[in-house]
Amino acid sequence: MTFHAPHIDYAGLSPVLALTVGVCVVLLAGVFKPLRPAVTALTLVTLAAGAGLLIWQWNESTDLVSGALRLDDLAIAISLIALASAAFAVLFSIREPATDQVGPGEYHALLLGSALGMVLLAQAQNLVTFFVAIETLSIPLYILCAANLGRERSLESGLKYLIVGSLGSATLLYGMAFVYGGSGSTDFAGIANGIAQRGGVLGDPLILVGIGLTAVGLAFKTSVAPFHQWTPDVYEGAPTPITSFMAVATKAAAFAVFVRFFDVGLAPQANDWQPALAALAAISIVVGNVGALGQDSLKRLLGYSGIAQAGYILGGLVVASEAGVNALVFYLAAYLLMNMAAFAAVVARERETPYGDDIRSVQGLGRERPLLAWPLTISMLGLAGLPATAGFIGKLYLIEALVEGDYTWLAVFIAVGTMISLAYYLRVVAAMWMQPDRERAAATPAIAGASPEADPINPDAGRRLYLVLPALLAAAGTIFFGIIPQPLVEFAQHAGASLF
Amino acid sequence: MTSALLWTPLAFGLVGLFLPRRLAGWWATLGAAAALGLAIALLAGFDSGASGLQDTVDVNWIPGLGVDYSLGLDGLNVFLVLLTTVLWTAGTAFAAFREQERPHLFFLMMLLGETATLGSFLAQDLLLFVLFFDLMLVPFYFLFGVWGDDREDGVTASAATLKMIVYTLIGSLLMLVGAIATAIIAADGGHVTFSIAELARHPVGEGSQRWIFWFFAAAFLVKMPAFLLHGWMPDAYRAAPLPALAVFSGVLAKVGAYGFLRVVLPLFPAAAVEFQEVILVIALASILYGSVMAFTQTNIRLIAGYSSVAQLGFITAGIFALRADGSDGAVLQMVNHGLVVAPLFVIVAILVERSGTEDLRKMGGMALRAPVLAALFLIVTLATLAMPGSANFVGEFYILNGLFDAKIVFAIVAISGVAMSAYYALRLYQRTMHNRLAGGVESREIGWRDGVVLAPLVLCIVGLAFYPQLILKRTDASVQRSVSALETPVPSTLARK
Repeated sequence: MTFHAPHIDYAGLSPVLALTVGVCVVLLAGVFKPLRPAVTALTLVTLAAGAGLLIWQWNESTDLVSGALRLDDLAIAISLIALASAAFAVLFSIREPATDQVGPGEYHALLLGSALGMVLLAQAQNLVTFFVAIETLSIPLYILCAANLGRERSLESGLKYLIVGSLGSATLLYGMAFVYGGSGSTDFAGIANGIAQRGGVLGDPLILVGIGLTAVGLAFKTSVAPFHQWTPDVYEGAPTPITSFMAVATKAAAFAVFVRFFDVGLAPQANDWQPALAALAAISIVVGNVGALGQDSLKRLLGYSGIAQAGYILGGLVVASEAGVNALVFYLAAYLLMNMAAFAAVVARERETPYGDDIRSVQGLGRERPLLAWPLTISMLGLAGLPATAGFIGKLYLIEALVEGDYTWLAVFIAVGTMISLAYYLRVVAAMWMQPDRERAAATPAIAGASPEADPINPDAGRRLYLVLPALLAAAGTIFFGIIPQPLVEFAQHAGASLF
Repeated sequence: MTSALLWTPLAFGLVGLFLPRRLAGWWATLGAAAALGLAIALLAGFDSGASGLQDTVDVNWIPGLGVDYSLGLDGLNVFLVLLTTVLWTAGTAFAAFREQERPHLFFLMMLLGETATLGSFLAQDLLLFVLFFDLMLVPFYFLFGVWGDDREDGVTASAATLKMIVYTLIGSLLMLVGAIATAIIAADGGHVTFSIAELARHPVGEGSQRWIFWFFAAAFLVKMPAFLLHGWMPDAYRAAPLPALAVFSGVLAKVGAYGFLRVVLPLFPAAAVEFQEVILVIALASILYGSVMAFTQTNIRLIAGYSSVAQLGFITAGIFALRADGSDGAVLQMVNHGLVVAPLFVIVAILVERSGTEDLRKMGGMALRAPVLAALFLIVTLATLAMPGSANFVGEFYILNGLFDAKIVFAIVAISGVAMSAYYALRLYQRTMHNRLAGGVESREIGWRDGVVLAPLVLCIVGLAFYPQLILKRTDASVQRSVSALETPVPSTLARK
């Protein structure tokens, strides 16, 4: 009797394998004291290796592990965005109090584990891998949110995220069970066939409930309103590097599977689900932008802004067209750059002023730290969609896709939302450039999220290259792709073309 | 060369960041002057008889989205480009003579503003136009907010500026949606292009024109500002630093009017005809409201500001006469108004320095020891009220000519605006220069520094008064083309000769 081992595409799995090995190495390095200082470097090397292998697989389009995973340009593009976000987070974590409190090895291993989950999620095309991947990315984040052990807010954030995240996961799993029950299959293609045989999404209540609950579960993860309530609280309480990672990478990875499930799997039934998701996008745009208006905490502000931006991005998904997916990928890449520039400044100011992440911490930044003020300014202008930034081109791309897909009303929502958003983005800019810093002397410290006892103030944090360089890099990218967007457009087009 | 003109100011601004503080202002003035030189060179090579675009640049910018980097000059924009460079040179020089806080940033923003403004005049791609139109806001946000003055009653410069930005972007973001919708609908599933000339050849259906028209009109009317959409103007004008305000009021308001000529008339002709009277009503309301406000205000900045509302109402009325005459007059009047309002703000700055207040009631008698300043001011005043013999008179004449031809009732109401302009312009002049010297006011002759800025602008006014044909001759052919898409094109008086 001969035994045939199943064919394993090691090349296709190599990014996942590299990250898995990296998790183990980093964890072990943290255990041995002499190796501890190398943890940051090892983490970055792992991320670079993962990214390098992903780029090597660019233009590949194969099913892996008997169809459970799909390696295509969409997966690669989204994974690259997630890994880049992780790399930024690692840099922001240097000298972060939370790192030492849970141990550098554990902290970085968890971060890498979450990134691994994201890479898997971007490739998932089967309900089982989908769920496993989403838990792989979530569970480390629950812990990381609470990593700042000395701060009540951080613990609260972790607990809140754990409870709400579990609720989201449970909803998702419940929905998946219905979908499986209704269609008799766990992989996306099989589900599509099963649904078509049963007369579409609306033809069978079982499937309708299943799809609805799945969408709700995903909306939890992408922080789309009205399933967003956890976002501002969790973002505010979590250590800032982790917030930056959640804001971009989690969103990107969840949108990848969102696209794969709806735009590919359920594409034939697009007419059935489009209006529902369009409504979610519209609600998200309104809730996010209005919610951000009164926020004094920069992290909460970015959290609400993220909800609004999720609404814009969801617009690219709603139209279920190649242009829509292109726009979505482009916007996510732009979103990465803009957010990283902002978070670098927030991290720096959190460490060097007594105000934590309150908006007062950036007052007078233009005079005091121009090298941080410029990136934060560019980031705010970009998020507000002003021209000569990647944010403008991203909005242009989304609106073009929406108008083409006969969702002009949603495009108008984006325009109106952007107008509202100016009020809070420009408030940050005004604080940096237009308010004299003398008011700061009289102010009282200890603002939302920070207590000086737990986080000692380091007056030079804003000069550290590991914060300034990423900020400048992200800001330069924002401007560069605002003026010469073609390379990023082609990147997005590759990702979109691999699906349709 | 068109590209060189567009990017020269910004390039100078960026290089200026690395120069010593005291040189920053002069370097920026040099940059603005270089742009002026290029603009004059372009005008010299301009073929005045042609209606099409000249000196074009056309590069595929974002092929994936159908956006081109395409620039060009024709009769509609050539003088507005020149006006931009003239006023910017004057404004930058005026600022350079004075001590500025954080001069590097100030002059970078000034020059970025010039590039953005030139871009919106030069752009021949609808999306590029929208992009530059929005980009104009960024430098002026900083200029008004950082170097502006907080008011005593608690309105901070940044709050006033924010109001301005939100107002203006309400219009221009809808315009972005409108622009994209125009291109997508016109492409009808085929290749998407944003080229204005191409889109004018295949206008979108009347149903679509109706709503897209308003998206564009909102953006342009806010920018001017027109009546009911002017809410941002009083606060922003009171907060703004005067050199920036001079170029802002002189040029940026014109971009809105220009947008009607460049984009709305050729691309949405059916809607323009359909909503002609609505826009005319708004324009007349602007004339009346602006005039009345201008002669009741006591803050001299606001007098100039509201007079602009009235003048822009005139220009809009000229364009929406939908006759070539009206648009000829509108283009001439845009240049004229830019040339009077910018020196007016320079004079306002001088007056404020001498009296220490912006309140008209506390001024007076300043002509006593300043005959040269008084003479320059008088010329500006007379041009503002469109004295026969000034180019403003010719401009208003053409506008009214077109309006009479189209809608006689509107024309009759508009004429009252001419009369009212005499009242507010003379009131401003008399209250500041004549009467008894008020307490705390110093009557001092204009220094050579301000004279160098002011005199050339006044010379431009005088020169244009002698020879308005300079503009009309070069404008007419392009204006004819712009209104030719309308249902009942009427040839202009110039063309009939």
